[in-house]
Amino acid sequence: MSAPAAPRAPLLEVHDLAVNFTGSDGVARAVDGVDLTVHEGETVGLVGESGCGKSVTALAILRLIEPPGHIAHGSSVRLEGRDLLALGAKEIRAVRGNHVALVFQEPLSALNPVLAVGDQIAETVRAHEAVSRGTARWRAVEMLAAVGIADAERRAAAYPHQLSGGMRQRVLLAMALACRPKLLLADEPTTALDVTIQAEILELLDGLQRKLGMAVLLITHNLGLVAERTRRVYVMYAGQIVEQTTTDRLFARPAHPYTEGLLAAVPRLDERRDRLLAIPGQVPPASAWPGGCRFHPRCPHAWEKCRTAMPPLLDAGESHRARCWLVDEPERRSEP
Amino acid sequence: MSPWRAAARRFRRNRPAVAGAAVVIALALAAALGPLVTPDPLAQPDPVRLQDQPPSAAHLLGTDPYSRDVLSRTLHGARVSLLVGVGAALLAVTLGAGVGLAAGLGGRRTDELLMRGVDVALALPRIILLLVIFAVWEQAPAGAVVVLIAATGWFQTSRIVRAVVLSLREADFVAAARALGARRPGIVRRHLLPHVAAPVIVSASLDVGNIILLEAGLSYLGLGVRPPTPTWGNMIMDGKDVLFSAPWVALAPGCALVLTVLAFNLAGDGLRDALDPRVAA
Repeated sequence: MSAPAAPRAPLLEVHDLAVNFTGSDGVARAVDGVDLTVHEGETVGLVGESGCGKSVTALAILRLIEPPGHIAHGSSVRLEGRDLLALGAKEIRAVRGNHVALVFQEPLSALNPVLAVGDQIAETVRAHEAVSRGTARWRAVEMLAAVGIADAERRAAAYPHQLSGGMRQRVLLAMALACRPKLLLADEPTTALDVTIQAEILELLDGLQRKLGMAVLLITHNLGLVAERTRRVYVMYAGQIVEQTTTDRLFARPAHPYTEGLLAAVPRLDERRDRLLAIPGQVPPASAWPGGCRFHPRCPHAWEKCRTAMPPLLDAGESHRARCWLVDEPERRSEP
Repeated sequence: MSPWRAAARRFRRNRPAVAGAAVVIALALAAALGPLVTPDPLAQPDPVRLQDQPPSAAHLLGTDPYSRDVLSRTLHGARVSLLVGVGAALLAVTLGAGVGLAAGLGGRRTDELLMRGVDVALALPRIILLLVIFAVWEQAPAGAVVVLIAATGWFQTSRIVRAVVLSLREADFVAAARALGARRPGIVRRHLLPHVAAPVIVSASLDVGNIILLEAGLSYLGLGVRPPTPTWGNMIMDGKDVLFSAPWVALAPGCALVLTVLAFNLAGDGLRDALDPRVAA
């Protein structure tokens, strides 16, 4: 919504990213061969149900996966051409919060209750820039003002429990943006907030994004948010990207039955329905993805081929790809 | 208002805790200053005529079977009890916090090694162990009593600290700090240690009472800090045989003991309530 048409070399290029968790019940392939691209200044959506691997993808981009999880060999994450997976511990730390920042969804628990919020923002600054305590503190106050907190100087001395949920989320944004990252990974940034506050935070994020020329990967399960805020979307299911296209096209002509199901599940004001539609079944556990197409047990159109062969991302039109055999064989679609 | 100041305010509103703290302070002052004005606790002015004297103007709490001034000895005993109690508690929590941090922050192997060691240590009968050591080591100085009581008393603290560290390692704010590029030592210092401080303070203050009781028990049996140095334990021992003819000999140190332990426990409970992270968060 906010960015100009995607230009030049991509800012972030994720290729064949796989994250495995080794547990007692075998290996869980939480993320399995994800490709995604974010260009400078662009807002891209990553949508899916909880458990589909979208948060793990964000953590993996910054190499924040902790054992027993690990990023599989052969994955590649490039930031402006630089392979983040090949960096040393010190170098990747210099990327975190400085070039790529991550905001978490829980604005209370992501702040340390016994530290003043100004100090927590200053911490990010001091992690990346050789500045004095005083300068870092001044920068924190400046950031608080930038995220729209009135009386920033006084608020910098406040503790998290003294702030409202919306203000805490602003503080988290201030922490994440203190070093002017080029890319913000926003993991459900507004899920914990009231609807009115949500809108405020998103407005604010939009303004800051424009001001800083920053790209945003918006990770959410909220399709409304995607429709309003993004230009391009990746839909994730069971650890894989199942559909990718522009936001307009995704809403107008979804190609994957999972995306269709997600869109149908959103209640609309201009339609009378007695019941909410839901996709039958649940996301399977990551340790037991079904064979063939991972969506086939829940898919109304599935036929023999879907049970045995996993579809690749097939071309479904201009910059539109979907991981579904229906793209090649539309006549197989079973009409209800 | 910072969480620490909020905790201080909660503590001040807790009357029993404030009373306990006041008694602790009064005791500390009495133990520090009292012996300067009372007679020599070792002096036996007249072993025959002055033994087992009831309280009087000359001897406010009477005299014991050796004609020594009971008040003077009780105040000296307070020195021993407080020094051993506070000293050993501080040493114990320091050890416990150190081991707990190492276990919580170190690798899986370090953790496993330390915690299994603690399991074994917790299975040892502490009192019997101390009895045996001091029965063999007759001339153990007061410092050795402090060290040995501390060395056998840090296990629970290490478990508490380890548990706090493990839960904090998973905390969102630690993940957030890491995600924004904070260094590990900084995370430990700024995000872990302040949270570990509260349970450590509580654990130390509740330990003091227990250690004072333990030391009294040891010296009642004639172990640890030995006569003629007055301790509450050996004073009660001295008064045991004259319990009915001269009850003040045992009652004075006995009451002092109860009052002291009660005061430390009340203050410790108050600290726990004031510092409880669920309230502070």
